[in-house]
Amino acid sequence: MNLAIILNVVIQGVLTGLVYGLMALGLSVIFGVVRMVNFAHGEFAVVAMYATYLLFVTFGLDPLISLLPIAAAFFLIGFLLQAALVNRFVGRSEHEQFILLVGLAIIIVNGLLMIFGPDARPTNLPYSFDSYAIGPMFIDKARVYAAIGALVVSAALFAFFRYTATGTAIRACADNLTGAAVVGLNVKHLYALTFGLGLACVGAAGALMVTIADASPLLAQAFTLLAFTIVIIGGLGSMAGALVGGLLIGVSEALASFFLAPSMKSMFSFALLVAVLVLRPQGLMGRRA
Amino acid sequence: MRAMWSAIPRRGRVILLVLVALLLTAPLALDRYFISVLILIFYFAFVGQAWNIMMGFAGQLSLGHALYAGLGGYVAALLWFYFGIGPWLGVFAGVAIAALFGAVIGWLGFRFGIEGVYFALLTIAFAEFTRIAFDNMAFTGGAGGLFLLYDASRAHEWWNLRGGPLLFYYLGFALAAGAALLTAWLARSRIGFQWLAVREDQEAALSLGIDAFRAKMIAILISSSMTAIGGVLLAFYYNSLFPAQAFDISRSIEIILAPIIGGLGTIFGPIVGAFILTPLGEGLIALTAKFGIDVPGTKAVFYGLTLMVIITLRPDGVWPWLKRMLGLDETKP
Repeated sequence: MNLAIILNVVIQGVLTGLVYGLMALGLSVIFGVVRMVNFAHGEFAVVAMYATYLLFVTFGLDPLISLLPIAAAFFLIGFLLQAALVNRFVGRSEHEQFILLVGLAIIIVNGLLMIFGPDARPTNLPYSFDSYAIGPMFIDKARVYAAIGALVVSAALFAFFRYTATGTAIRACADNLTGAAVVGLNVKHLYALTFGLGLACVGAAGALMVTIADASPLLAQAFTLLAFTIVIIGGLGSMAGALVGGLLIGVSEALASFFLAPSMKSMFSFALLVAVLVLRPQGLMGRRA
Repeated sequence: MRAMWSAIPRRGRVILLVLVALLLTAPLALDRYFISVLILIFYFAFVGQAWNIMMGFAGQLSLGHALYAGLGGYVAALLWFYFGIGPWLGVFAGVAIAALFGAVIGWLGFRFGIEGVYFALLTIAFAEFTRIAFDNMAFTGGAGGLFLLYDASRAHEWWNLRGGPLLFYYLGFALAAGAALLTAWLARSRIGFQWLAVREDQEAALSLGIDAFRAKMIAILISSSMTAIGGVLLAFYYNSLFPAQAFDISRSIEIILAPIIGGLGTIFGPIVGAFILTPLGEGLIALTAKFGIDVPGTKAVFYGLTLMVIITLRPDGVWPWLKRMLGLDETKP
């Protein structure tokens, strides 16, 4: 087998994986702090894809630019959603949270279906078919841009959690909820901020995702599972873990699609997931609870 | 049996007997459409009860129950399709395979301490893995599906599940009622109390000498076996199977909605939930058709909205509330 071809496939996987990682980062942040699985995560990603598509066809905005207003809008949506609805479900049993968010997911997917119909909407960027030639390899320009975008947004989020007072306060809630409440942190407000940040991540990821896939309601559920899988593989509560998990899944999907069949790619993700759950349940980068 | 009966208050017994009598005689008065809706209600009450045993009593969140229903249906259908082995025999093979998968998932999950949403994801992973595998296997019909021929000359073979709606109606009724009786019996048995102990506080249960691993394994074995029986019923009722439907996570979600909306960990919860949700879905189809809204997805949007409203207003499910309304509150769940 030609090594250059395989390397090409791996690089494609890495670039895709970084966008996956950003999407999973949103889930991980929410999961790690609010202790709730956002079962409507992939659905939000697809909403962002449609928003990017619309901004592109009406104003000709590049996904890398529309990423910013979409992330901001998603932050607001997430903040309001947590403050108005989800906060009541914090600390309640998992199946109740599950039904709430699955209900939301059903509404989003079918709302999209009502508005846009079942056909996939491609965002045909002017540079969609450009690529960089490095030696014998060809690397999609659009995916390189998307990967860089994902890295920048992730770095911004890391910096926020590391260097700002609010970020530190949110980490305190994640580490020790009682302690955080005792020192007077407004936990519900911080939870709403966190949910907003998580959705901002998924909004940005969705904007970049149009370079990888065409917007379609059918993607939503697969994205939710994908993000969930990546977070568990990478390690719950570990932000670096989400990115590493994203890379791993991106590469494994790319290799499985290349060597076997594209329809079988997620089989390997799930096999990887089962292996991680059994051998290292805290995830690759997670700390043991 | 007698103890279970006497645990129901007097008024409850009357209501229960009237409802059973109504359901047994209903086919005399109902047309095909209503019978088909009731068949679905019985199916969801049955598989919902199976899930309820695992989640409501033993406290283990499975989001991959479509796996067991799909395996049961596929195994029985394949035996019939290739070898002409009837489902009354095939159901045993289907149950055995589904229980084997249940045992593997349970062993992995419970032995390695995978709990809560992690366990839920493990169950999803197995169901999705199986879905993709069936999509790519030729002898199961692959993604194109598996079809059972409906031969009118064999329509009298009720033992092979080759009959009309009435056969499935009474079979569905028997399964739903049987599952409720089984759950009521289990809930009063030693294992039932062990499940509750493990569900409420596993550490405390272990310190009392309860074998939590064994209790949870029994729960997943019973639950997966029952769900596989439901899958066989559905496969022979619809005469077709597609991996993208049979193993899909949306099928798993369908299975768990009735017990949660009805009332988790109660015997009548899954039944009440099925009687709410199935007619709700059907009613929404009829309503959207009546108002001429033929945009796909409209029905599901209202369905999702209803789920959110019910879980916000009645987090314990409808049955505990309904029980108070009917004045049956002294009943032990």
